[in-house]
Amino acid sequence: MNALDYSILFGSMIAIAAYAIWSTRGSRDLSGYLKGSGQTRWFTIGLSVMATQASAITFLSTPGQGYEDGLGFVQNYFGAPLALILISAVFVPLYRRLKVYTAYEYLGHRFDPKTRLLGAGLFLVQRGLGAGITIYAPAIVLSTVMGWRLDATIVCSGLLVVAYTVAGGCDAVSLTQKYQIGVIFAGMVAAFFVLLSRLPAGLTATDALAVAGGFHKLQAVDFSPSMDRRYTVWSGVLGGMFLALSYFGTDQSQVQRYLSGSSVRESRLGLMFNAVFKIPMQFFILLLGVLIFVFYQFERPPVYFNRAAWSAQVARATDGRLQALDAAFSESHAAERAQLEAWVKARHAGDLRGEAAAREAAAVAHRRVDLVRAQTRAALDAASPGTKANDSDYVFITFILDQLPHGLIGLLVTAFFAAALSSKAGELNALGSTTTVDIYRHVVRTGASDAHYVVASKVFTALWGFVAIGFALFANLAENLIQAVNILGSIFYGVVLGLFLVAFFLRRVGGTAAFWAAIAAQALVFALYATLSISYLWYNLIGCAACMALAVALQAVLPPSGRGSPAPAA
Amino acid sequence: MRVPSDDDSTGLPWPRSWRGVYGVVLGVFLAWVVLLSLLTRLFP
Repeated sequence: MNALDYSILFGSMIAIAAYAIWSTRGSRDLSGYLKGSGQTRWFTIGLSVMATQASAITFLSTPGQGYEDGLGFVQNYFGAPLALILISAVFVPLYRRLKVYTAYEYLGHRFDPKTRLLGAGLFLVQRGLGAGITIYAPAIVLSTVMGWRLDATIVCSGLLVVAYTVAGGCDAVSLTQKYQIGVIFAGMVAAFFVLLSRLPAGLTATDALAVAGGFHKLQAVDFSPSMDRRYTVWSGVLGGMFLALSYFGTDQSQVQRYLSGSSVRESRLGLMFNAVFKIPMQFFILLLGVLIFVFYQFERPPVYFNRAAWSAQVARATDGRLQALDAAFSESHAAERAQLEAWVKARHAGDLRGEAAAREAAAVAHRRVDLVRAQTRAALDAASPGTKANDSDYVFITFILDQLPHGLIGLLVTAFFAAALSSKAGELNALGSTTTVDIYRHVVRTGASDAHYVVASKVFTALWGFVAIGFALFANLAENLIQAVNILGSIFYGVVLGLFLVAFFLRRVGGTAAFWAAIAAQALVFALYATLSISYLWYNLIGCAACMALAVALQAVLPPSGRGSPAPAA
Repeated sequence: MRVPSDDDSTGLPWPRSWRGVYGVVLGVFLAWVVLLSLLTRLFP
């Protein structure tokens, strides 16, 4: 990065922080701070919902996922449109009718205080931990780009987010996100076209897709019924639907976004905007990663994308093993490239036999490339056993820094960081809101003034920011970042969703049955996660189904509930 | 207070009902599944 890139990055960051502080100037009551002015239109809600989910992790890690595993991850989002329809039809009218600040207030209306506290508690635990992961993501980029220490980067970026979030209310978050997502899209589209222009001369788009397909990167859908495979159509539609139902329907960081709408119509249209554009957006980001993979078949990539870790270990090691692996990588990559060029040449000549032979030879050469990379990873892991390598998370940023022109590098790093700040602001705002409304105002100190609760909300938001920073500092992430967030969510989300579905659809079930069913279902999910190796998406379904089934069973032996049950729709 | 139902107008020129909106969303989803299936088959 040069001075132009840095000026774009820091200028934008300062402008965003200044905008947030300017937006929140003056005193506001609790409703204004937590739910905004209530005038937000559907387009802003739609972009805000998208920006809250599409955080820096999406921007950083998903192309790496496409690079390593291809398009299959897109199936993870197949359940999202179905879930958003259900939320639009059932959840939104109920939340708005009860005028709740948080989704968990609804559980208090429907069941009892302890069930409300349980729902809020599960949200706070999983989202608090998830917040740590999403602080970790931009820290990786900054530490790579600037050569800063990772822990110092986590603390500095985390403190910036905390300051921005405490100052910013709901309206500021939504408005800021609207412009930030525009910057993000512009950056991604620019990166896409630069990538296309960097492909070798003579390699058509169809050739690029054929090369990607030759390495099984375009296996977008898998109709296999196997539960062991991480991504299939079935796990995506069923597990993904339950994950999306939980996330968009019961996670306060999303509920807060669409409750800021001026009417049910605005909230619903904002959600439908996401139902239509979520799958294409994820497909596009994954395709970017797949095309980067194709690009690096013709251009030598680093043997290890995390160059900071690589350089540090090369400087420490004295046996020359890493240098030898690097040389072996160059040799095997050159051999693979030669075979790929022969493959493309045979394709253009219509030589089917030659094409098949070159394709097979390229696949063999690619296995040697993969083997050297695996040996390199193993050598680095052995040298630094305390850190788990997630090299795919460095793929996109390496491409940006090596291949994009200055100015555009600054724009993309800015877009990436803006995404981190905006989603983090929404998350911390939701954590602060839930702690204030569902715990502090509800249990600890009832009947205080609005001004007191606004201050409390800001204090809790800051405290959650510090918890997230602490988690990010000590997290030892064994998975690709985007998967880590989804795995964590899947462990908790199913049970929370089960609570809400019991509340909506099982009107005879009371609070005590729902409460203990949720506790038992969460214990079951923990036990299964520790013992089974099924796709994590299934835990959304298992947790939800277990909670609902146990609630019905418990209610059969408990005295009938005397509480009312707000209907899903009139 | 009455809960807005699926019969309420969307305020859009088309579709005017929420059922229609949900139908369009489902149609777009199915179109994507078909397109991705074709991509998988064309470049195995």
